Amino acid sequence: MAAVLAARALRKSYRGKEALVGVDLEVGAGELLGLLGPNGAGKSTLTKIACGLVRPSGGSVEVLGKPAGSAPARAAIGYLAELFRFPGWCSADELLQLHQRLCGSRGGAGERAELLELVELGHAAGNRVETMSKGMQQRLGIAQALVGSPRLLLLDEPTSALDPVGRRIVRGLLEELRRREVAVLLNSHLLSEVELVCDRVAIIDQGRLVREGRPADLERSRGVEVETANGVRLFEGAGHGEAPEIVARLVAEGERIHRVEVLNSTLEDVYLEAVRGRTG
Amino acid sequence: MARSVATVVGYALREGLRRRVFLAVLLLSLAFLALYAVGAHFAFRDASGFAGSEGSEPILDPKAFTGATIFGLAMFTSLFLGSVLAVFLTLGIVRGDAESGLLQPLVVRPIGRTTLLLSRFLAAACLAAAYVLVIYAAAAAITWQAGHWAPDHLLGPGLALALAVAIVAALSLLASTFLSVTAQGIVVFMVYGAGLTAGLLAQIGHAIRSDTLHSIGHTASWALPFEGLYAASLHALISNTSGLTGVVLQLGPFGGSEAAGPGLILWAFVYAAIVLALAAAAFGRRDL
Repeated sequence: MAAVLAARALRKSYRGKEALVGVDLEVGAGELLGLLGPNGAGKSTLTKIACGLVRPSGGSVEVLGKPAGSAPARAAIGYLAELFRFPGWCSADELLQLHQRLCGSRGGAGERAELLELVELGHAAGNRVETMSKGMQQRLGIAQALVGSPRLLLLDEPTSALDPVGRRIVRGLLEELRRREVAVLLNSHLLSEVELVCDRVAIIDQGRLVREGRPADLERSRGVEVETANGVRLFEGAGHGEAPEIVARLVAEGERIHRVEVLNSTLEDVYLEAVRGRTG
Repeated sequence: MARSVATVVGYALREGLRRRVFLAVLLLSLAFLALYAVGAHFAFRDASGFAGSEGSEPILDPKAFTGATIFGLAMFTSLFLGSVLAVFLTLGIVRGDAESGLLQPLVVRPIGRTTLLLSRFLAAACLAAAYVLVIYAAAAAITWQAGHWAPDHLLGPGLALALAVAIVAALSLLASTFLSVTAQGIVVFMVYGAGLTAGLLAQIGHAIRSDTLHSIGHTASWALPFEGLYAASLHALISNTSGLTGVVLQLGPFGGSEAAGPGLILWAFVYAAIVLALAAAAFGRRDL
């Protein structure tokens, strides 16, 4: 899979304090990468370098082979910041129109209507931003990021202000983007959300990439739990492959088996282990 | 490029015009013009008293003296109100908007930081300059209506004031790349006040024939050319007025002792370009 976003040996320091220390990361077309880490780990810095808001101290970031921050790279991205604000006097439709003009989109009214429908704000096209709830503004922010059909979407905590229904809408949207081959870098603290939608997960701690892979690959077996007539027994360290042998041995010993479950660590376990329980 | 500039200028103009404070500016400007009309009416009516004793040759031309003085006051107010508007329209454009999260969605678009910054300047400068020209023209019309007096040069001083507020807008934009919103407003108005003080020093230096004071004021006027343009536009009001009236007016608080000349106009444009280049360089290097 060709990399839409490629960071190589990326470094960033703020007045001598290292925010990123040699990070290598790639996101392919149609891939959804979840970026996890404690507060201050360097996730937002990485995202901001990718969209040209922050200059790296070393290494490189490329978007579709172009240096991050260059005009061709910026033309290929959509971005929603963690802390953003839109002018209150602007209507939702006017805001999208402004961004269409800035990124040279020829989608016109059709694109604006489609994007507002995608985030379920079709009814609020004429509403001024200042009259919208925070959740509506966040969904409008996602619609804004999608103006011009970007090849790479950088979302920094896009669901932080959303209620459960809003989060479900965004999950559905991310699935749709995957179908459209859009690469997505998703910064989030919501592990369950990342686990549900992301193809791959990267965990950053103190500016370093400490774990990366598919959620299923990162998780490891915690053992096999068997419920028998005599109670529940846990066979620690055993995995999916050992389960038939364990059952056969117990049956041979005269046990009656009611339930067998292979226990895996959750993404939360993986995360906590990777960051050694640290919080920002 | 031109399309992007037009988009940002349009956005900035709409932003400026749709804020409630702009309506307040309009209403207060109308109040100022109404007050000015009343003042001009009574000033022209009562001016003959100081022109000389009855029956003798007037020492001063009462119409020219009154007209130039009150119109000079109107120009001072136009520059002040235009500068307030220029600062308001550029308030927090870089650091303030970056801190509130308004700037980032725009900066990540392909338009480029320099184009974005210069477009915002263009919108602010055009709006503030247009405002100054409207107030200036209205004051000139009111002065004519009240006392049938018109300045020796009408267009040049108005354009000089418009250029002066554009320079204030450029300075305010530069300040916005380094300072928080409150600090930006304070610093720009302190610079503005320093400029006007320097102009008055030059004026006093001219009146008392103090070369030192005059050169301090003169140097400061070039360092802050909005003041030089203002002083030159005051001079242009009465540049053809001769005799004692002309001399007295030149020495007054709303008189100007020096003409602009092509050097000052050229320097004003170069100055604005340097200030904008510094702002663009600072913005280009800033992490957002």
